[in-house]
Amino acid sequence: MAETVTFKNMALAKAINESLRRALDADPKVLVMGEDVGKLGGVFRVTDGLQKDFGESRVVDTPLAESGIVGTAIGLALRGYRPVVEIQFDGFVFPAYDQIVTQLAKMHARSLGKVKMPVVVRIPYGGGIGAVEHHSESPESLFAHVAGLKVVSPSNASDAYWMMQQAIQSDDPVIFFEPKRRYWDKGDVNTEAIPGPLHKAQVVREGTDLTLVAYGPMVKLCQEVANAAAEEGRSLEVVDLRSISPLDFDAIQASVEKTRRLVVVHEAPVFFGSGAEIAARITERCFYHLEAPVLRVGGYHAPYPPARLEDEYLPGLDRVLDAVDRSLAY
Amino acid sequence: MTVESTAARKPRRSAGTRKSPSTKPELVQLLTPEGKRVKNAEYDKYVADITPEELRGLYRDMVLTRRFDAEATSLQRQGELGLWASLLGQEAAQIGSGRALRDDDYVFPTYREHGVAWCRGVDPTNLLGMFRGVNNGGWDPNGNNFHLYTIVIGSQTLHATGYAMGVAKDGADSAVIAYFGDGASSQGDVAESFTFSAVYNAPVVFFCQNNQWAISEPTERQTRVPLYQRAQGFGFPGVRVDGNDVLASLAVTKWALERARGGEGPTLVEAYTYRMGAHTTSDDPSKYRADEEREAWEAKDPILRLRRYLEASNHADEGFFAELETESEALGKRVREAVRAMPDPDRFAIFEHAYADGHALVDEERAGFAAYQASFADGEGA
Repeated sequence: MAETVTFKNMALAKAINESLRRALDADPKVLVMGEDVGKLGGVFRVTDGLQKDFGESRVVDTPLAESGIVGTAIGLALRGYRPVVEIQFDGFVFPAYDQIVTQLAKMHARSLGKVKMPVVVRIPYGGGIGAVEHHSESPESLFAHVAGLKVVSPSNASDAYWMMQQAIQSDDPVIFFEPKRRYWDKGDVNTEAIPGPLHKAQVVREGTDLTLVAYGPMVKLCQEVANAAAEEGRSLEVVDLRSISPLDFDAIQASVEKTRRLVVVHEAPVFFGSGAEIAARITERCFYHLEAPVLRVGGYHAPYPPARLEDEYLPGLDRVLDAVDRSLAY
Repeated sequence: MTVESTAARKPRRSAGTRKSPSTKPELVQLLTPEGKRVKNAEYDKYVADITPEELRGLYRDMVLTRRFDAEATSLQRQGELGLWASLLGQEAAQIGSGRALRDDDYVFPTYREHGVAWCRGVDPTNLLGMFRGVNNGGWDPNGNNFHLYTIVIGSQTLHATGYAMGVAKDGADSAVIAYFGDGASSQGDVAESFTFSAVYNAPVVFFCQNNQWAISEPTERQTRVPLYQRAQGFGFPGVRVDGNDVLASLAVTKWALERARGGEGPTLVEAYTYRMGAHTTSDDPSKYRADEEREAWEAKDPILRLRRYLEASNHADEGFFAELETESEALGKRVREAVRAMPDPDRFAIFEHAYADGHALVDEERAGFAAYQASFADGEGA
């Protein structure tokens, strides 16, 4: 490793900010667009200071119209720009869902490859911050189901920095889910490193007894679960998916062939969630390796509850440990 | 509150189907249905220098577009196309606006802009691929600055607006034109595109072909005010043009494009016209509209009107019309043969171009599909 490498310790939100700054600086075709992203710097300050440094033409405050934000980003991409748009909160993406699903995702295929759609849709997502309704949802499966979209979610500052660079450089549209409850978590970012591929999962903790698969906000929880389980003498492996579409089944398979047990953890409702897809495919791939059925821990098939109940709704340490116990009891 | 005012607030039974306000909106017209040239102080200058040759060109465009459209309708009836959206009756609105464009302008069509495509130099047979079911678009939008047809109603108005925002950022003086219909005017995306284009002063012309019907829903089901008046509320001008008058459509679109180029922002043009046929070959207009209505509009036929003018002004002779008839038949034949010769796509096209960068799941499924095809012993599946 080069001697000059410097690690900067920064919060996840700041890492995205630095990443956007780097992209704006490197390529005049990169634009940042969204509600309140300019003067205010976004409601989470992820775009703080960018308009001041790059101007109103590069960092664009938009009307309050999500379909308009994504729809005009498509037009800008057709003109050769690389827009990075912010949807202010997860629950607000649905007015833009039509543009994302019927237009953004399909333009490349419909043009038989003649048109590229390098648009990044940033969505702060997930719960755990005591917000009002429509501010805590995890709609990633709705996007992963749509061919033509890539869906990713970083779990730490370093990945946030590098995955944003890769998302902006991608000629495919990327739905970039930012775990808002981890915005303020700090981590080391090596801004000179050569990052791993965007679609590759990462084993963030080695173990031998059971595999925990998670992404975004749940990775940290799973690491805590692994720590707690270690005190009881159990060795859990934690896989951070990083990308939900494409999904790195090879990495999960490799881990499960070693540990023979799998628990998938996400905040989104379990029903028809990403855990269902993982369970089905891993059962197919690892049928003779599995010692227990794949278990899932996630949200309930109910609207995201009022904030005073979100700790009941969201997977927590005890619920995941309970699933670990159930798996090991087979 | 008085009894009367309570009664007045009660929704009227006829609400929503009432005809537009009685004050007749201004309609820009340069050629009457009888083919008489009428003066217009504001818009005459945009066609003042038009030559007899150019007039014959507009006529030729309309005739050939109608011939192409008729051929496509026949081909659908013969089972060669799965569906067709006819433009019959809207030739003047499309050719007039299409001929107002410069090469560097960019067009965002719906799925009915066959005449505009013609003006852009898109080979008409390319338009038939999606209707035959061999692709979902098929042409390179940047080849002729003519975007792919958009099926979801009104979506393309936002793409046009974003593209126009990009044109402005580039400092170019090109203009962008977005086509949509009266039905699309009810869509949120159209309203959002008006908002975005107004606040960013985007060089875009919104060209609404009000053909009176959104499948079976009349314009009165979409709006209580004349559509062109919508623009005022968004802060840019709107004008209604006789959409069956190719000269007026040309003049008004030129005016709107000049505004866009000059940095004056968006314009809404409502081309007041009529869809003579069905919405698509799937519906049956006799179930929802009266024959007399169509007959009344037939009297305003855009092609007949220009022919009358050309003849009265001695701008075209019998030889021209006869030659055009021959050319028209040749086009029909070419389209017919091209459609029948159109090959089915390679079966692996399912997976092609889903992603630009590739995707592990698509690769896995493509491999599975290939293995399944290869499993047929006789090789037919390969």
